[in-house]
Amino acid sequence: MLHIINKSPLVNSTLADCLRVATGGEILLIEDAVYAATKGNAFEPKLNDAMKRFKVYVLQPDLDARGVGDRVVAGVTAVDYGGFVDLTVNNKNCQSWL
Amino acid sequence: MSEAIVKKFMFVNRKAPYGTIYALESLEVVLIAATFDQDVSLVFLDDGVFQLKKGQQTKGIETKNFSPTYRALEDYDVEKLYVEKESLDARGLTVDDLLVDVTVLGSAEMGALMDQQDVVLSF
Repeated sequence: MLHIINKSPLVNSTLADCLRVATGGEILLIEDAVYAATKGNAFEPKLNDAMKRFKVYVLQPDLDARGVGDRVVAGVTAVDYGGFVDLTVNNKNCQSWL
Repeated sequence: MSEAIVKKFMFVNRKAPYGTIYALESLEVVLIAATFDQDVSLVFLDDGVFQLKKGQQTKGIETKNFSPTYRALEDYDVEKLYVEKESLDARGLTVDDLLVDVTVLGSAEMGALMDQQDVVLSF
């Protein structure tokens, strides 16, 4: 299953909520959620912990827009819009944590 | 003619750019306030510090990159930019990551500065 997050983990609980409820699968970080995958942010330890259960992806155009494309946490895979589509197609279903 | 009244205006920016419209809207109002020769301060707190991150490239999301505007603020005599240290630290950022010169304040100093204002506009 694919879980999509679009809010910053530092000011919004949706990523934490997802990690609390979801049992595993894939997570795609888009829009302001891409900050979760940047080195040195306060949520990084929790993301590293989550990567034991989830494969984590981040949307490259949203990283670039925010000037953080060069500081992605190791183990997180950057994808383009085509990769976004592939993730939605290759998973049986998908939950957006709005 | 009476003496022009100058008030202390503080713009409190707490949202990351692009995910919502707040950051851009704040900039628009800052530029308006500046044309009225007011005493304008900009404060960047929480995810608002991301507005000043160097290297923003928005072509991929087909959105206007408004970050160069922060560098133009001094041309409008808007030179008081404050960033909270705790917000930078929590995001793995330092002043070297920012595209303009700012004054870094601790939370308590930031709160004191806020108390001194005549008008506080929240974004």
